[in-house]
Amino acid sequence: MGMNITEKILARASGKTSLTTDDVVFVNVDKVMIHDVSGPGVIAVFEKLKKQGMKIDKLWDPSKVWVAEDHFVPSADKISAQNIVLLTNFTKEFGISKHFKYGMGQYGICHTLSHEEAMVLPGEVYVGGDSHTNTTGALGAFAAGLGHTDVAYVLLNGKIWFKIPPTIYFKLNGKLPNHVMAKDFILKIIGDIGNDGAAYKTMQFGGSGVSEMSIEERLTLTNMTTEAGAKSGIIEPDQKLRDYLSARGATKYNEVHGDQDAQYEKLYEYEASELEPTVAKPFSPENISVARDLSSIELDKAYIGSCTGAKLEDLRAVAKILKGRHVKIRTEILPAAISIFKKAMDEGLLKIFMDAGVMVGPPTCGACCGAHMGVLAKDEVCISTTNRNFPGRMGHLESKTYLASPLVAAASAVTGKITDPRDLK
Amino acid sequence: MKGSVIKYEKDNIDTDVILPGPYLKIHDYKELAKHAMEGLDKDFHSKVKEGDFILAGRNFGCGSSREHAPIALSYSGIKAVLALSFARIFYRNAVDGAFLLPIEIDENAYKDISQGNTLEIDTTKNEIKNLTKNRTYPMKPFPELIGKIVAAGGLFNYKP
Repeated sequence: MGMNITEKILARASGKTSLTTDDVVFVNVDKVMIHDVSGPGVIAVFEKLKKQGMKIDKLWDPSKVWVAEDHFVPSADKISAQNIVLLTNFTKEFGISKHFKYGMGQYGICHTLSHEEAMVLPGEVYVGGDSHTNTTGALGAFAAGLGHTDVAYVLLNGKIWFKIPPTIYFKLNGKLPNHVMAKDFILKIIGDIGNDGAAYKTMQFGGSGVSEMSIEERLTLTNMTTEAGAKSGIIEPDQKLRDYLSARGATKYNEVHGDQDAQYEKLYEYEASELEPTVAKPFSPENISVARDLSSIELDKAYIGSCTGAKLEDLRAVAKILKGRHVKIRTEILPAAISIFKKAMDEGLLKIFMDAGVMVGPPTCGACCGAHMGVLAKDEVCISTTNRNFPGRMGHLESKTYLASPLVAAASAVTGKITDPRDLK
Repeated sequence: MKGSVIKYEKDNIDTDVILPGPYLKIHDYKELAKHAMEGLDKDFHSKVKEGDFILAGRNFGCGSSREHAPIALSYSGIKAVLALSFARIFYRNAVDGAFLLPIEIDENAYKDISQGNTLEIDTTKNEIKNLTKNRTYPMKPFPELIGKIVAAGGLFNYKP
């Protein structure tokens, strides 16, 4: 019986020739990531273990560990500033050289750095102390999020247990229309299968519509597999991916592809031409509606940021709408990494944003997780290119977030109401 | 293990409400406990007692991977969460960090167990006794490895 890409990667990494769904195996890890929330969390686990008498003086392999500062940066207050110091001391103590320090060369949101810097390669097993680690599966890797104890275990042992997930295959037929983005497609999928529709499973994407997509658009799909409860999201490597990685200096890796007779638990098929600009209403990503049905919803703010919705192509889509127009509501655009910020500057996108009256800010997870830098007040209504809209996610418990594509968010910023980009005059 | 039930008749109780984002910078476990369930139940901190259980619906702990969520519940005194199902990262954080037991129950138990009921959970028999109502419900047995990690007292105490 053939194996799919995820089974093949996990079989290789667990030293097995075949695997059965629901087998629980220890898997060798190729890369691991921590950031300014999960890093101090891991440090707290280390402290607890030391108090219990464990000797911790070295990591399994510091060259396989990388670090980002993204949640509470620029430091939101004294505690978050202290966490950065803690993280810096930790990387020094254990000899971790790949630390993307905020304001020092390349920096930004961890998931964005994972692809911008080709930190993870096809065929690898990658775990990170963040639930949206799934994002990086668009690079043909097995990528899954873990908590602090599990990441601490990986840092010391180089392996972790996984239950072999069944894979659900989502096939997109045909190229997305100009007004539809990957974000609309993944919101539609989550609406169809629900917040736990892929719980403990892998979501794989393919078909001509996915082949047509750029790597950045594919990353939006895998990013939000987390919102359907998935363990991982994955897309098989192709020439577009090879070109993308090669442009980032990565040419040597072992691609993995599923067998012709690979097994999938279920197949969902979508026609690209039938997809519409889609919005998730408060307070859940599964609570979807087509944008046009929400055209009476008045907004206070538009937020274009995060690992989900502030990649270079997201910003290009926003610029296409904002060029020569003015925003009617407070609008904040925060590119997801400083490399993307710079490219947006070189392409003239930032000028378009500022001419439209927008606040352009630095890369940060900030308001996406309700931490700082633009959180919402009571009763405020926001349209956002981020990934979650649970109660209080972006600020006050009684604020409301509508999740949308960069095109819809930008069109809505122009009118002050939820707007399908096709309806913009 | 015996305790009384705090019931939330709700699916998809996510980690953003179990421990809201602004507190992610905190890593003092006792301090985190003060903010447990703040996004859903402002009175939780004042009403929870050592040894209590939480009862909830489907997909408990979905959303962010923050281990702060099971930590905050554990340091509030919660020994187990009984739910129709769990989100994967919350489940592994609870077990691997030995913070609390994630116990999967069926619809009948979910409906029958009321706020304030006293339960006795026996993971060796996969059984939950409702001492208030004098009824017994099954719990879904832990998968083999999970059972071993639970018995060992967390992933770091487990020897493969």
